[in-house]
Amino acid sequence: MQLTAKELKAYYKEIVSMVEEQKDYLCELDRKIGDGDHGVTMSIGWQAVNEKLDNELVDEEDCAKVSITVGKTFLSAVGSSVGPLYATGFMRGAKAVKGKTVLEDKDLAEFWIAFARGIKERGQAEVGDKTMVDTLDPFANELETKFTESGEFLSAFTDAVAAAKVGMESTKELVSKRGRSSRLGDRSVGAQDPGATSAYMILATFLNFVQAKTEQAI
Amino acid sequence: MKKLMNDSRYVVEEMIEGYVKAHPDLIKQLPENDRALVTAKETREGKVGVLIGGGSGHEPGFLGYVGEGMADGVAVGNIFASPSPDPILEVTKAIDKGAGVVYLYGNYAGDVMNFGMAAEMADLEEDIEVGMALATDDVASAPKEEKEKRRGIAGEFFIFKATGAAADFGYNLEDVVRVAKKANENTRSMGVGLTPCSLPQTGEPSFEIGDDEMEIGLGHHGEPGIEKGPLQSADEVTERLVNDILADIEIKSGDKVAVLVNGLGSTARMELYTMFRKVEQMLSELGIEIYRSYVGDYITSLEMGGASVTLMKLDDELIKTIDHPVNCPMFVQK
Repeated sequence: MQLTAKELKAYYKEIVSMVEEQKDYLCELDRKIGDGDHGVTMSIGWQAVNEKLDNELVDEEDCAKVSITVGKTFLSAVGSSVGPLYATGFMRGAKAVKGKTVLEDKDLAEFWIAFARGIKERGQAEVGDKTMVDTLDPFANELETKFTESGEFLSAFTDAVAAAKVGMESTKELVSKRGRSSRLGDRSVGAQDPGATSAYMILATFLNFVQAKTEQAI
Repeated sequence: MKKLMNDSRYVVEEMIEGYVKAHPDLIKQLPENDRALVTAKETREGKVGVLIGGGSGHEPGFLGYVGEGMADGVAVGNIFASPSPDPILEVTKAIDKGAGVVYLYGNYAGDVMNFGMAAEMADLEEDIEVGMALATDDVASAPKEEKEKRRGIAGEFFIFKATGAAADFGYNLEDVVRVAKKANENTRSMGVGLTPCSLPQTGEPSFEIGDDEMEIGLGHHGEPGIEKGPLQSADEVTERLVNDILADIEIKSGDKVAVLVNGLGSTARMELYTMFRKVEQMLSELGIEIYRSYVGDYITSLEMGGASVTLMKLDDELIKTIDHPVNCPMFVQK
């Protein structure tokens, strides 16, 4: 598989639309265990990214530069805790594909593994803490294992997104140990973590995007 | 939800614009970043810069506390969200006068990450030394054994006050940070929530509560407290808050304290002074001297209903800092 910078930008546009559609749902999840603004925060950040995609990134051919701008723009616009987390993810992903105008299977696998591991490192959370790491850690492990076995990105990524989904859903049963919701203790059980959910959505949107692209090619 | 606002996306920008225009003699916006505000009176050469910051919606916290005797600059976040590293770094550059900068903020995951990233950038890219002190005054937010996990609430005001004074006295960075940490170590708060606030962008209440209920220990972003129950009298509620604070920090007969009874946004002064009356009765019965009192809206949560009580135990050094005059747009002490 090959992904050009133009396609990468089209994917980021897909996230912009997805976030607008899911904004209220993410806020609703956040109201149960936080201050109810996760959807709003994501929207503020991705709208700022959208602005960049429509302007200074229009002619950018370098996939790493596109992703660095996405990360930095998101961070500047939102701050909060999701700002540094997602920004670190996209910037670490960029670092893994430095200088590339076209991403091949191996680049894509490295991009997403760096994305997930970067977020984990920034937030210092572990699996079981009821955070986006519950989605991202099993995702990165599955992607690494499957890609090492097959060398084929799409099938490995498909399996990894399935692992991410299981991870996201596992947060319902967990007691929060990080962030504002950790002050809830046992009262956080039963609610799916909004960060774990938005992280899954970002990955699932990429899967849909590359699947659609592959189908078009056939 | 009923609010006087225009487009909900620009509430923070429009507030800042109004604030800066209202107090041009005291505050200015940095051209590099709209969310970076500094004192209009240039920070003295050789003085440690004091940088405060956090989410919007807590006014007068945090932008209201920039001025002589308090903070030199503030980084303003979105509603209830930490500012990003950009405005923090711009303020740092503007207020560093060769003696370094201290960052003061509440202990929240987002603030810890953004201020931490900004401090790294200040050190690496600008060669500015940064010290940090986090507010962890809310006794209801974690047990005593996990004190480092507690969040910062109204007690942040005392930490800004003490640290701003220490910097103004000409203390070096190490000593300013020491005073900030001591102020936090000696400060305890606990609050009660009666009615929720709503975020301008969603219009939804920040927490759910019955008309006849209150929530003890509620956080100032609507984080659930430790106990929800029927609304009690002002005396009963105040007694509960003060007793929980006194169980957490040793304050003996003969000790001096500063007291803050803080309104969360829509609670009347009448209610706050009624609470203060009870605080005073309890402390005087215990022989604890109230050295200075503050009653009013100091760190709010939009239009949330409720209040918190904060005690700061004073030693000679903290007395000196609490007496120091302040001239900020939203707080003046002569």
